[in-house]
Amino acid sequence: MHKFFIRSFVSSLVLLFTFTVAAIAKDVKAAFVYIGPTGDHGWTYQHDVGRKAVEAAGFKTTYVEGVPESADAERVLRQLANSGHDVIFTTSFGYMNPTNKVAKEFPNVKFEHATGYKREHPNVSTYAARFYEGRTILGTIAGTMTKSNIIGYVASFPIPEVIRGINSFTLAAQKVNPNIKTKIVWAFTWYDPGKEAEAAKALIDQGADVIAQHTDSTAIVQMAEKAGVYAFGQASDMDKFAPKAVLTSVENNWGPYYVDRVKAVANGTWSQKDTWHGIGDGMVVISDLDSQMPADLRSKVKKLQADLASGKVHSFTGPIYDQKGNLMVAEGKTADDGMLAGMMTYVKGVEGDIPK
Amino acid sequence: MIKIVKRDQPSRAIFFFTPVLAIFLTLVAGGLIFFILGFKPFEALKFFFIVPIADKYGFSELLLKATPLCLIAIGLSFCFKSNNWNIGAEGQLTFGAIVSGGVALIFYEQEGFYILPIVILAGAIGGMLYASIPAILKTYFNTNEILVSLMLVYVSKLILDYLVVGPWSNPEGFNFPETRQFSDSAKLPLLFEGLRIHAGIFLALAAVVISWFVFYKTYLGFQMKVSGFSLKTAKYAGYKGKKMIILVFLISGACAGLAGVGEITGPIGQLHREISPDYGFTAIIVAFLGRLHPVGIIFASLVVAITYLGAETAQIFMQIPKYTGQVFQGMILFFLLASDYLLFFKIKFIGSKK
Repeated sequence: MHKFFIRSFVSSLVLLFTFTVAAIAKDVKAAFVYIGPTGDHGWTYQHDVGRKAVEAAGFKTTYVEGVPESADAERVLRQLANSGHDVIFTTSFGYMNPTNKVAKEFPNVKFEHATGYKREHPNVSTYAARFYEGRTILGTIAGTMTKSNIIGYVASFPIPEVIRGINSFTLAAQKVNPNIKTKIVWAFTWYDPGKEAEAAKALIDQGADVIAQHTDSTAIVQMAEKAGVYAFGQASDMDKFAPKAVLTSVENNWGPYYVDRVKAVANGTWSQKDTWHGIGDGMVVISDLDSQMPADLRSKVKKLQADLASGKVHSFTGPIYDQKGNLMVAEGKTADDGMLAGMMTYVKGVEGDIPK
Repeated sequence: MIKIVKRDQPSRAIFFFTPVLAIFLTLVAGGLIFFILGFKPFEALKFFFIVPIADKYGFSELLLKATPLCLIAIGLSFCFKSNNWNIGAEGQLTFGAIVSGGVALIFYEQEGFYILPIVILAGAIGGMLYASIPAILKTYFNTNEILVSLMLVYVSKLILDYLVVGPWSNPEGFNFPETRQFSDSAKLPLLFEGLRIHAGIFLALAAVVISWFVFYKTYLGFQMKVSGFSLKTAKYAGYKGKKMIILVFLISGACAGLAGVGEITGPIGQLHREISPDYGFTAIIVAFLGRLHPVGIIFASLVVAITYLGAETAQIFMQIPKYTGQVFQGMILFFLLASDYLLFFKIKFIGSKK
């Protein structure tokens, strides 16, 4: 047993040495860990588009797809950290604890975790996008385009990220059309075309003529296309999957951030950060607006987009009331990031309760 | 001329040879697939089957991965040997993990030597309870255990979803779907510093030894074997079929529950939505590849475990899509079932007549 420890100590010293030498001598290499397949046309697909931007900027990249959030994540991370990668992007919430655990063992490797909140070591950063800004745009379009005044919304999990999106969407829709109701179906999945299509069908059967989604597959827009109602693409431009139904999409644009961070590693200027970028920084992008939308709506959306980018308009501007009529944000005020990060109540106009 | 002749009785030698043949054919077919995909087949196979376990850490990961597979497959072999088709080990694993995780959460922020045994026991009981549902429905209501056990898998996953999203979610966790981390007293001890292999492996090894003893040295084992060959014979011999059915399901459920405990109190350390990458289903392949024999199952669990590790390594170093790992698992089972043909038939080469 004693011999074993000495041997492992020596071998880890050798490893450390080769690792340090390698880090100085060679170019920066970035690794990406994905929850789904790169061909999902949603969450993972967009992260992979970001990875390709890093490649285009002249860096070497590696990726591992379909890594479950089970005990396997830790092994994949350790293997990547051990095989000469200088920065590792872990692109799903469930990698939070493994990321921090492995980061402790590899202080010379930088870790970037998407959508989490734990930064337990100086070599861990977190990043996320203000998707709710994109949902303000979608809400504005949905409120204008609906005839039944019922808007459907397929949600994934009752976490602040999703509740925030529902609220932002509903507030914007109410602003242009005070009579609308947002009906929610919880799919309890991020990616399951079968379940998502079923959820969309249920909403359409209840009279919804515009469907929004916070799940990643193209099943919902395709269901909307079949039923002749409107929908919005999620994560990537889904127009080609349902040209008649999709009015626009909110695209996750990770490329600029990834290139920026990998360059920072190369220059030695990388430091721990918690990034939350929106339309203004280009992390959230609105796809082309469909020609079925009236011209005045299109120009209104363009202006709103510019105002959200400049900060002139905030998605959560008071007065905002919750479902019971209690004031959440006072008139003239905007919700701060702390409130947004922990948002777990629906605003007025959303139907139903948050599953508990 | 080639002629196919039915064997008088299944060949014992072929019985243990076909798994090896299946693995060999899988390697050949795998190499062919790599070649078609545009990769060098031998290099790809090397990254798939040799590189991942070439160092101490890799080997420990192999054992870590094989532990739940072996444990579940041993449990399943009790069912499969006696003609009970328990397809729902994944559900029993999940429910075992729920019960033991719940107990671990009760002891949150407490330390004590007595905590871990209670947590482990809770997991075994959870798995047994969950496996008793298809068993009781089968014995007393004549339902099909394949359907019942399979459907209960999805029920258990929904229960887990509900708990980690709602009542059991970490109060400091911003409503993300996960529980608190378990205290150290509720976690299985690690065997070596810096490696993830934990004491759960002893549970698997104990299961192997016990199952061997039961199968080959006890009356119960004999009853199971007879029931496996012919239910009518078993009835004629006067065996109490119902008792045995329930017993094998309970054993199987306990093993799957323990595998769940090993995951959540081992490398994961908390409950969240994805505690098992379908170990309960993959273990079915392991059980059959191991010929329902305890020693066979050890080897089979190592072989199948390596397909997981290899898929990761092959993607990191050669950019081979990771899902080829699942293709390999599928191929092993396919070739095994296909080569079982040789059990009952033999191929005769007959010289052409003049």
